[in-house]
Amino acid sequence: MLREMWEANRAAMLALGALALALLSVVVVVPETEQAVVIRLGEPNRVINRFRPDTEFGKTGAGLTWRIPFLENMVRIDRRILSVDMSSQEVLSTDQLRLQVDAYARFRIIDPVKMVRTAGTTDRLKEQLQPILTSVLRQELGKRTFQSLLTADRGAAMLQIRQNLDRESRGYGAQIIDVRIKRADLPEGALESTFARMQAGREQEATTIRAEGQRNAQIIRAEAEAQAAKTYAEAFNKDAQFYDFYRAMKSYDATFADPENKSGSTIILSPDNDYLRQFKGR
Amino acid sequence: MKTLSAAIARGVLAMAGRKSPWGGGDQDSSGDNTGGTGGGDSPEPSGSGAEPPRGPRNPWLPPGESPPRRSASIEDLFRNKDGTRRGRGGGGGGGFGGGFPRMPQRPDGKSWLPLILGGLVLVWLFSSTVYMIGPKDQGIVTTFGSYSRTIGPGVTLTMPWPIQSVDVTDVTSIRRDTIPEGEEEKLMLTSDKNLVDLSYLVRWTIKDLKLFKFRLDDPEDTVKEVAEAAMRATVAEVQLNEVIGGTGRGKIEQNVRVRMQAILDAYKAGVLIQGVELKKTDPPEKVVQAFQNVNVAQQQAEKYQADARAWAGQVMAIAQGEAAAFDKVYGQYKLAPEVTRRRLYYETMERVLRNNDKVVVESNGVTPYLPLQELRRRPAPAETPAAGGQ
Repeated sequence: MLREMWEANRAAMLALGALALALLSVVVVVPETEQAVVIRLGEPNRVINRFRPDTEFGKTGAGLTWRIPFLENMVRIDRRILSVDMSSQEVLSTDQLRLQVDAYARFRIIDPVKMVRTAGTTDRLKEQLQPILTSVLRQELGKRTFQSLLTADRGAAMLQIRQNLDRESRGYGAQIIDVRIKRADLPEGALESTFARMQAGREQEATTIRAEGQRNAQIIRAEAEAQAAKTYAEAFNKDAQFYDFYRAMKSYDATFADPENKSGSTIILSPDNDYLRQFKGR
Repeated sequence: MKTLSAAIARGVLAMAGRKSPWGGGDQDSSGDNTGGTGGGDSPEPSGSGAEPPRGPRNPWLPPGESPPRRSASIEDLFRNKDGTRRGRGGGGGGGFGGGFPRMPQRPDGKSWLPLILGGLVLVWLFSSTVYMIGPKDQGIVTTFGSYSRTIGPGVTLTMPWPIQSVDVTDVTSIRRDTIPEGEEEKLMLTSDKNLVDLSYLVRWTIKDLKLFKFRLDDPEDTVKEVAEAAMRATVAEVQLNEVIGGTGRGKIEQNVRVRMQAILDAYKAGVLIQGVELKKTDPPEKVVQAFQNVNVAQQQAEKYQADARAWAGQVMAIAQGEAAAFDKVYGQYKLAPEVTRRRLYYETMERVLRNNDKVVVESNGVTPYLPLQELRRRPAPAETPAAGGQ
């Protein structure tokens, strides 16, 4: 039947095929993630699906579009947010401290025609932006102190860098959305000294902790002694004279009456001794 | 008869050629199709070249092609097509045997081709128009590349493939990024210019699939980079002890999460940060020893204090015991002072003198000579003179 169909509609089918071919070469699909510059005879003619900040997806220029075959050429350019990374750089702060900095910038191509004219492809654009980012970053971070790079001022510095870089990149039809420091580290040499400092700091802490422990222990002992003295005083102060006697007795016991120490001491007694009073039989 | 023998020869060849990947089975573009008998259920060898080919064969040429090593040209291909069509036409006229030689036929003699084509079309239609979206997934429907809608779980109909296509992504599963991925040391600067070895986990989900798909060049990588930037910025604001000790952890995690979300929202990345967890916050390996020394010192300090407390308890207990004992005795003493006093005195003296040497000396103006040294040297006999002296 195919054959019969073919025989019957040969002309029509040929025409259909030709039409399909023509359609394929005319109709182009531009996805949401791309914008396309149509170049007619070497001259940018129009932009398809150009980025506009406030258009919703689905209402952009993405989708089916057309071009004149052979006459027009299409360059596709990424429409998404792209990133350019800066490899690790040593930056010198105003107080002559070195800092190892890793950063990235996020950008988007907002003027594809300009971008096609200046850089051509996204990769080439990235290549061109990278040294600019590096130099802007060095320049800006070099104006600040080490401490401010670490903390408070970082946001302001980043904003400044973003603006400077943006000014440069507009020339390539790109808009810088964000610049961030990924890493801000000490370079190798400074690392060792930092470790040494940390170590010293820890040792100092350890010593302090030990000393504090000893101090606390002493205080605890002293307090206990005071408490004990108070207890003794309260009890013994009821009758100082009796305490004297009582304690003397205990003391004699402890000193002389140790059963372990048999005949350890010689005690010479006078018959006048109170203990021997009854010797006289009175 | 010639055709038959050729077929046999080809069959043998095909078997012999099975070692080579293309064997003898590829006769798609057979030059002059003649051999199709029509009833075969396997590719029927065909070809006019009966002589066996010499040397290695071009895989894209039929084995029976008379110049074996000639490469196929575009013309050949077209000629083949033409030949096939002519062959088909001729088949109707009875000249050659069947245009599509390998196409099996239905019992009534009609071709399967329309049915197969129809089936293929159906499969294509079904597979590219009916989408089952799983409970965790969402799909993005694009019409000629342009975003149309986002479809949720369930069965959805779309237009067939070249017009609409669907990109299904798991959106509810929480994605986890551990940074750094390995076990290596990742040092970060704290606000007091110390270094801390950190690793952490970021959990995130896709908040808005179309933004996630269309906004960023590499969203997964962006999340990681943003996490890194946010974490370093946050750690640079806190002191080392806060990071290492537990005190600052919650604050850091919270800060990083808020920061990341702010940056990603600024990118319109369509990502929702669920949480950031610090996994490891250690001192750098080189100074770990010093940090442990601090722990040791803490233990020691604890021990000093514990010892002191034990001693203090003892001292106080003794004091209380003695005071209590005194109180008891004093209570009795108060009842009968003189007697108690004498009793205590005598008892004590008894104990004292019982265990010691005693010398009683009359000392009425006479200073006796006491051989103290001797007494000391010979304590046992010393008792006798003492007793005698009484």
